[in-house]
Amino acid sequence: MKLETEEPEPIQLNMTAMIDIVFQLLIFFIMTFKVVAQEGDFNIKMPMASGPATEIDAEPPELIRVLLRSGPEGIINSIQVDDDIETLTFGPDPELYQDLTDYIERKLAGEGDPESGHDTEVEFDIDYGLRYGYTVRAIEAVSGKVSGGKVKKLIQKMKFKNKTSEL
Amino acid sequence: MKLNKTKSSKVLEGDLTPMIDMTFQLIAFFMLLINFSEVDRAEEITLPVSELAIPPEGRPDYQVILNLEPGGNVIFEGQRIPQIDIMTPILDQEIRNASREDIDVSQIAVIIRSHEDTPTGLVQKLIAKCQDVEMENFVLRVKEKINQ
Repeated sequence: MKLETEEPEPIQLNMTAMIDIVFQLLIFFIMTFKVVAQEGDFNIKMPMASGPATEIDAEPPELIRVLLRSGPEGIINSIQVDDDIETLTFGPDPELYQDLTDYIERKLAGEGDPESGHDTEVEFDIDYGLRYGYTVRAIEAVSGKVSGGKVKKLIQKMKFKNKTSEL
Repeated sequence: MKLNKTKSSKVLEGDLTPMIDMTFQLIAFFMLLINFSEVDRAEEITLPVSELAIPPEGRPDYQVILNLEPGGNVIFEGQRIPQIDIMTPILDQEIRNASREDIDVSQIAVIIRSHEDTPTGLVQKLIAKCQDVEMENFVLRVKEKINQ
């Protein structure tokens, strides 16, 4: 008996519909794609003053008061620092944030704790109308500095005046 | 003269495999990068720029994103709230939602995205309003400045 060997016909799928859908998906994603700038945080802890008393520390951190004074239209006019020993005023000039950073760095270096700043706290007293951007620059100025591409941390404990809470 | 018109007519079929491969890779790329949380970010808010801000380390267990406009409007989940003073019921609702997930109010991360021109007093007022309902974990969000 002779067996007939039939050559199988190649199966051809119709790809048109799938390619249509795939291209529509592609177009959707391209149209909705948005390049978003990377965002960063300043993490802060601000419990209510009336909360449970947890301060058992023998020594409270040394406090530096930083007063941000607003000029017309909410633009920063001057920065005043008061650490109970001396009161300094920076500004009005464009370098006042740099002056603040230098002061904090000198202060921490004098305390023999130039790196961590764990035992020093900053209390901000900010004029109501001061634009938030200037406040963030002040927070940045006391929290650290960038030199030679490296970040040097200064003071991490901060709080706002009249809120009696930690920032 | 006799013209030979009988040609074998074949359908031209290009190999579509590489194109489909590339297309699927592109779709996968865009699907991974698409950000569905855009509703939390108000486009009209211009954040202050800082080079010392820490990039967010993952998503907190529970977060409340409050966008603050210069005029004092708060944008929360795409909804514009005209005054900070009327935020309390919304914050209370968030606390209830968090407690359903066994998250304590002290663990709720309040992310404040304030416009750079907003008076700082308004930011402090918003923080105080959150403190009134015992929220204490705040994040001041800024735009990261790339170091040169």
